[in-house]
Amino acid sequence: MMPENKSGSAPLKGDEDQSYIPMWLLAELTYACPVQCPYCSNPVQISANRKQELTTEEWIDVLCQARQLGAVQLGFSGGEPLVRSDLAELIREATSLGFYTNLITSAIGLDADKIAAFKEAGLKHIQISFQGSNRESNAKFGGTDSFNHKMEMTREVTRQKIPLGLNFVLHRQNLHQVGEFLETAELLGAEFVELANTQYYGWAKHNQEGLLPSKWQIEDAERVTNEFRRRHKGNMDVFFVSPDYYDDRPKKCSNGWATTFITVTPEGDVLPCHAAKIIPGLDFPNVKQHKLSDIWRSSDLFNKYRGTDWMVEPCASCPEKKIDLGGCRCQALMLTGDAGNADPVCSLSPYHDRVTAITDQADGVFDLNEPVPLLFRNMKNAKQFNTDQS
Amino acid sequence: MSSLNLDLDSFAINPHYGFQWEPAQQCHVLLFPEGLVKLSESAAEILRLCQQPTTLEALVDELEQMFPGVEGLESDVREFLNDAREQEWISPA
Repeated sequence: MMPENKSGSAPLKGDEDQSYIPMWLLAELTYACPVQCPYCSNPVQISANRKQELTTEEWIDVLCQARQLGAVQLGFSGGEPLVRSDLAELIREATSLGFYTNLITSAIGLDADKIAAFKEAGLKHIQISFQGSNRESNAKFGGTDSFNHKMEMTREVTRQKIPLGLNFVLHRQNLHQVGEFLETAELLGAEFVELANTQYYGWAKHNQEGLLPSKWQIEDAERVTNEFRRRHKGNMDVFFVSPDYYDDRPKKCSNGWATTFITVTPEGDVLPCHAAKIIPGLDFPNVKQHKLSDIWRSSDLFNKYRGTDWMVEPCASCPEKKIDLGGCRCQALMLTGDAGNADPVCSLSPYHDRVTAITDQADGVFDLNEPVPLLFRNMKNAKQFNTDQS
Repeated sequence: MSSLNLDLDSFAINPHYGFQWEPAQQCHVLLFPEGLVKLSESAAEILRLCQQPTTLEALVDELEQMFPGVEGLESDVREFLNDAREQEWISPA
């Protein structure tokens, strides 16, 4: 799979910019998670077998290698990273290597002592996700009665003076709660709020019919968000991430495939984007067999869609091709059957009608009291996908 | 020039931000939750002196000693610090 080049200095393929640095490392420490979000972007074939996970020593080696490549922002994610008992140790190692460390968590399993230990180990930022804006909806969409604990932990993070971000994933059944969530976030003293519309990968793709909002729901939520920003000129930054399906130009994949981001999965596979595993016909290099620098610079996977040389029409001759770099490869795969096509979110894509067919359906009459049932992300529900695969 | 009056007596780099040299990028960077900026040489030179609490006067003094004879240094520094304050790169100390 890997070219015969052990020096790690092979030129990057496909663009005049030869100096890509994986500045952001996403360390998915485990797929285990106490929350069951039906909009999770993890693969549906999650494994309950934690024996495959990288060991502490292997993770530390990954962190050293990534730092040498120039990675400087580090997100500990999952699954739920708090499941790993070595989290404080990993934060400490990462800090001593010069990483700016972020913890991306549901707060389930967090307590005041752990927050203090993480801070002492050098943790710089905690992002806590909410599955709903009140106790009832948080339990409904997360499958855990955890709202009060999350509230308590967000206050504790603020009390211990660690920068706090809140994340609220939006979908058809909770977009109307945006205002309530923003009010809560401000009361809690959050510095950042991310209102992230569900992106349709993994479990979310499976649940798309029950999750994809109508255009007017999104416009309404954006209006509420903008009104909130006008009323509260405080210190809280609010980011509203719109869903791709309602744009007429695609977003870059991870700031450009293999240009900025690098993801390492719980078992050590290395990905240019955390959803890339769904693309068939690719080998996914693993840190147990290969050096991270060889994977970043020379692997077929990372060079496959790097730059613009791989593009087909309408991207290849498009004057905007360097703006969006053809968009999302996974979206191209899921909606056109080929990850090498233009992201069909683009109105210039010959497959764009497949996107509008989906959004037209979402614009149909919708009764919040009789929503489409959602398949929750848990090991029991994952079994059906694993069986399908074998 | 009143708009360029810094509203801080004593200040330092925001304690939540990280200021460091990045060999891979051959520049100083400022790191903050979920983001980073690459710094120009002059911005890095000023922020290097803000790693400990300092004042505008002390900062300008030090820079004038390092770069003697540079014209308009104080107003450039003042302008940069106002931007840095706006972006929360520096905070009261």
